[in-house]
Amino acid sequence: MDEHPQGARGGGPSHRSVEIGVALFTAAFALIVVAGSVQAGVGWGAEGPKAGFFPFYVALVILGSSIINFGAVISRRSGDRLFAEWGQLGQVMAMLVPTAIYVALVPWIGIYVASVLLIAVFMRWLGRYGWGMIAAVAVGVPVVTFVIFEKWFLVPLPKGPIEEFLGF
Amino acid sequence: MEEIANLFHGFAVVIQPFNLLVMLVGIMLGVIIGVLPGLGGANGVAILLPLTFSMSPTSAIIMLSCIYWGALFGGAITSVLFNIPGEPWSVATTFDGHPMAQQGRAGEALTAAFTSSFVGALFAVILITLLAPLVAKFALQFGPAEKFGVYFLAFCSFVGMSKEPPFKTVASMMIGFALAAVGLDSVTGQLRLTFGFTELLNGFDFLIAVIGLFGIGEILLTIEEGLSFKGGAAGINPKVVFKTWAELPRYWMTSLRSCVIGCWMGISPAGATPASFMSYGIAKRVSKHGERFGRGEIEGVVAPETAAHAAGTSALLPMLSLGVPGSPTAAVLLGGLLIWGLQPGPLLFVEQKEFVWGLIASMYLGNVVGLLVVLTCVPLFAAILRIPFGIIAPIILMFCAIGAYSVHNSTFDIVMMLVFGVIGYVLKKCNYPLAPLVLAIVLGDKAEEAFRQSLLSSQGSLGIFFSNGLVSSIMALGLIALFWPLIQEAFTRLRTRPAL
Repeated sequence: MDEHPQGARGGGPSHRSVEIGVALFTAAFALIVVAGSVQAGVGWGAEGPKAGFFPFYVALVILGSSIINFGAVISRRSGDRLFAEWGQLGQVMAMLVPTAIYVALVPWIGIYVASVLLIAVFMRWLGRYGWGMIAAVAVGVPVVTFVIFEKWFLVPLPKGPIEEFLGF
Repeated sequence: MEEIANLFHGFAVVIQPFNLLVMLVGIMLGVIIGVLPGLGGANGVAILLPLTFSMSPTSAIIMLSCIYWGALFGGAITSVLFNIPGEPWSVATTFDGHPMAQQGRAGEALTAAFTSSFVGALFAVILITLLAPLVAKFALQFGPAEKFGVYFLAFCSFVGMSKEPPFKTVASMMIGFALAAVGLDSVTGQLRLTFGFTELLNGFDFLIAVIGLFGIGEILLTIEEGLSFKGGAAGINPKVVFKTWAELPRYWMTSLRSCVIGCWMGISPAGATPASFMSYGIAKRVSKHGERFGRGEIEGVVAPETAAHAAGTSALLPMLSLGVPGSPTAAVLLGGLLIWGLQPGPLLFVEQKEFVWGLIASMYLGNVVGLLVVLTCVPLFAAILRIPFGIIAPIILMFCAIGAYSVHNSTFDIVMMLVFGVIGYVLKKCNYPLAPLVLAIVLGDKAEEAFRQSLLSSQGSLGIFFSNGLVSSIMALGLIALFWPLIQEAFTRLRTRPAL
């Protein structure tokens, strides 16, 4: 099991396994599109090609390319390259998880309050700033954004209970 | 002659105070977008698109296209000063630009980069002014089969010219077409591929895809690579500028060649990035000082920057005259046209003269303004780059979310943006090109419509695509573009055989 000859700081998923995953994913996607197209009808109707006609053939091409891409990965000599080190993926997750929570929060507490929390969390976690600095940036940026979008350009963005309480 | 009159009319539109203001704001925002990691031309324009909903289409396109010019300029700043290309097309600029900065010649490198960008853009705009009306007039005769032929040609060139494995390009492109097909079928009015989810009724909006794939995906890549900005000092003073300008005319040949390469690559949808690399490579091979390239040769800055800007600008030519964008950013601009209620394509030149010529005139003026702005404000923009990633990353994320939400006022779109972001991160790392995916989402419905209308008129026979000289030659060009790598290989083999 020599999965990580680069070996710097611990291993990580090999590039090869991720590529195989992507090929399988595109193939699965193609099958879903095939199923959907068949539902909509792939033949000829009264008004020419039916709704599923075009996506059906598109899906067949995706399926074909997925198989070829899959074959190309398999036939290559075993993976000597890492997709990314675990540490790097940890960094990515440290970014992704708070963002996912942020996205989930937006419909409930509005985009401005959620942004205050997002910026504060990032500045504390990644930047390790003091609370004074965090408060200034995390509150200041969304407030400026609020003025630009809601007041100048009249683009309404999602708002939550706190904005309602303040009367906006 | 009529074009000259139209152009002057366009200038009259552009120099209205509001439009000039919008232009300046656009350029400044664009440079900031170009400087910041994770925000590029395409998703920067996509995020700011909602701000233009309340403007007139002409002011809106001036602002958005100026953001694009600004982003093109901005990419060079980070390449030269920090060795971090702000945009993919400025990678080649780092080769000689950053060594020059290390030798304390940053001002010289930046002046050369900006001036070359300007020259490249100017060349492309003149080309657009002269060619676009002719191409549009010609394209007015196109029927559905010819229209499909043009789309076919555009997508085939992607496969043939891409440096990624061809079947990865095909897979990525076709996924785009499949995503475009989701929702209401525009021909029959039937629902398809929604599997009962009401969120999918309107299909996938390409703006969401652009913000996710390019914005979120890029931030994830940046954080994975771990950023550390170690920048050279950014001093530009008038003396350096004039000294460099005096030196630049010596490289007129490199400049001209790069303009031609750039325009060619920009019109065929190969894009600015390959154009900059190709131009750098050829300049290195042809130059008398080729061996000094990579160690801070000013010619090595001139070549890629000229080509990248020429390509980025000329990508608007097919967008305006045929409705086929030459780059992801051009695709976003095209999406903007649809939102403002304009129908992109050759008819634009007939029905929306003020809009088209206002845009073309703004390209001239926007690039002059852009050159002045970047020459005078480099220290300011470099300071933005010194803002730590811990602060700038969540702010970029917030703007991506705002951009995604305000396309349809839907929070579900923010979720989709994040999903596209993760997909973009993985696909990019596995060498699947993202530009064809985005272009296919934009053009999918139109390509399908043209395809089905042609088949309808031919009772289902594919022969319609070879039924007359015009459509046959477009399709033949497409096939040549598709198999270009194979043709090239066969060609070199034939040539080398006699020598053996």
